[in-house]
Amino acid sequence: MSTEAPEAPGPGAAGTRAASTSPQALGSKPSGRRVSLRQRLRRDWALLVMVLPGMALFAVFHYLPSLGNIIAFQDYSPYSGGFTGSPWIGLANFRLMFTDAAFWDALGNTLTITGFQLIFYFPVPIALALALNSVISPRIRSLVQGVVYLPHFFSWVLVVSLFQQILGGAGLLAQTLRQHGMQPLDIMTSPDAFIVLVTAQTVWKDAGWGMIVFLAALSTIDPNLYEVSATDGAGRWRRLWHITLPGLRPVIVLLLILRLGDALSVGFEQFILQRQSVGAGAAEVLDTYVYYKGFLVQDFGYGAAVGLFKGFVGLLLILAANRVAHRFGEQGIYQKS
Amino acid sequence: MTVTTAAMVRRKRRSGRPIWEEPPTPAGRVGKALLLALVVLAVVFPLWVVVITSLSSQQTIDATGGLVVVPQGITPAAYLQIFSGGVVTRAVLVSTFITAAGTALSLAVTALSAYGLSRPGSLWHRPLLFAVLLTFLFGPGIIPSYLVVKSLGLIDTYASLIIPTALNAFNLVVLRAFFMNIPGELIDSARIDGAGDFTILGRIVLPLSKAALAVIGLFYAVGYWNAFFNAMLYINTTEKWPLQLVLRLYVVNGAALPSGGSSGPQSSIAGMAPAPTLSLKMAIIVIAAVPALLIYPFVQRHFTKGVIVGAVKG
Repeated sequence: MSTEAPEAPGPGAAGTRAASTSPQALGSKPSGRRVSLRQRLRRDWALLVMVLPGMALFAVFHYLPSLGNIIAFQDYSPYSGGFTGSPWIGLANFRLMFTDAAFWDALGNTLTITGFQLIFYFPVPIALALALNSVISPRIRSLVQGVVYLPHFFSWVLVVSLFQQILGGAGLLAQTLRQHGMQPLDIMTSPDAFIVLVTAQTVWKDAGWGMIVFLAALSTIDPNLYEVSATDGAGRWRRLWHITLPGLRPVIVLLLILRLGDALSVGFEQFILQRQSVGAGAAEVLDTYVYYKGFLVQDFGYGAAVGLFKGFVGLLLILAANRVAHRFGEQGIYQKS
Repeated sequence: MTVTTAAMVRRKRRSGRPIWEEPPTPAGRVGKALLLALVVLAVVFPLWVVVITSLSSQQTIDATGGLVVVPQGITPAAYLQIFSGGVVTRAVLVSTFITAAGTALSLAVTALSAYGLSRPGSLWHRPLLFAVLLTFLFGPGIIPSYLVVKSLGLIDTYASLIIPTALNAFNLVVLRAFFMNIPGELIDSARIDGAGDFTILGRIVLPLSKAALAVIGLFYAVGYWNAFFNAMLYINTTEKWPLQLVLRLYVVNGAALPSGGSSGPQSSIAGMAPAPTLSLKMAIIVIAAVPALLIYPFVQRHFTKGVIVGAVKG
């Protein structure tokens, strides 16, 4: 997923922005080699005006709060001083964090869930894409695609509600078991089954949508490769192993890197919604820990410290994963220059 | 990916299996059909149960012992009661307003920024683009974000549900890539005719980008409709609650609906028995799902195109 769109040619030739195809595009103004800032401003002011609202939003709601993370180093109190007046306490918040057993529990839960989902969620979209790609009828393909994309557009509240109606204590499963004289089970409140439950919810909601990228990658594999190898006697499994999977490898590696970089986030709303019913022991992850420490205990500085730790580790993880990918000869998220 | 290979594959598929491919084994064929049927059923079945239960009468619910799988005696009582005023009606209005206003604002800001950054060689576009891309690397964290919203005085306003999330960097980058693929000749010739950048955006670029705008608009709309956590943080007054918070309170947390099983001040509509509590809850779920279901078919044909162009093309 390259986010950087292709840059048009013509670097530096400032005066020729619109004139790549037609030299007279700038009208009467002859475009010299160097164009002064004032001329460029006069030419591009409209573009800058257009960008202004968006940049203002990023400045206020992304960069400003990012700077606001300095409260991690303060004994922050909104009532006595705020950003500027609260006393600086150095690394005390971080020291507190590393000695708090609840923090380690939350970190442990987060990493366990990430690991579990890497094994039981990550391959599902790939398998789905392979199965669907082998379906020949275009009508069945688009029907299945249409159905499995849908849950991606539901909110977590809705997904949890639906799971509750089917698997919960008053849900369809318990109801059916009860009618057949069996012990009803309530999967929604069991701390032991929680990791399986959240993974199942993630698969239900996003596996179909996750398939899109793999379907796109599959469509870029040259069909002649299959034809040639089939003529040479390769069976369907050999073709899968030697053509399809290598064709998917860059996408798989890219998504793995992104997932590893995000190893400390595991779906915040999903956990906030179910923390109450299964208890903090199983459902406390780093994000919910930040929320409870920050908002319910009202220790903003400490919550920000944990959030900052999480962001910092995430950044290190993504850079490390990318480096490993480069070592294995993959492209990764950015190219090695 | 080139368009031609994709089209070729599709043409080949329509005429059936390619000649060189061996016919599938019966077991493989049955297995695949079963797998796909199971996948589709896993998505559709819970929705089916919820929709049918929301339309069931108290008798049917009593007979089945709860949720209803086989429809019997369909009645819209729950929906009529929910829309006769009260908590849910208000929440639906709030959510609709936020979604409509938010999507309009988001599309405007995103299109303006995307075009402003899409003209090659324009003044300062490199540092500005860098500032956009940098936001992918780290999130600001919920606590500082909350403090900023609070210090702007936006707590407990609808604006707090719209403005902080109005611009999504990913959508911006996708739309910018789309704009950059518009043939430069069109834009240059408009410029020769004396059009400024605003005219070019409004008269040429936007009309050519309807598909991309539709998909991005859907993403924004779904984001606003589904927003839950921001509302939980920023909105204190129950009257201002969007639908997701109502859904959580009455369904996930299982709170009793106000005034004895009714969602409104009046316990039932004249001449009708009050709808069963379970149906009311299921109806709230259905209403929360409806917008996605409604817009989806119109936009679905665009997204394989739109998303793939943004995601895979490099």
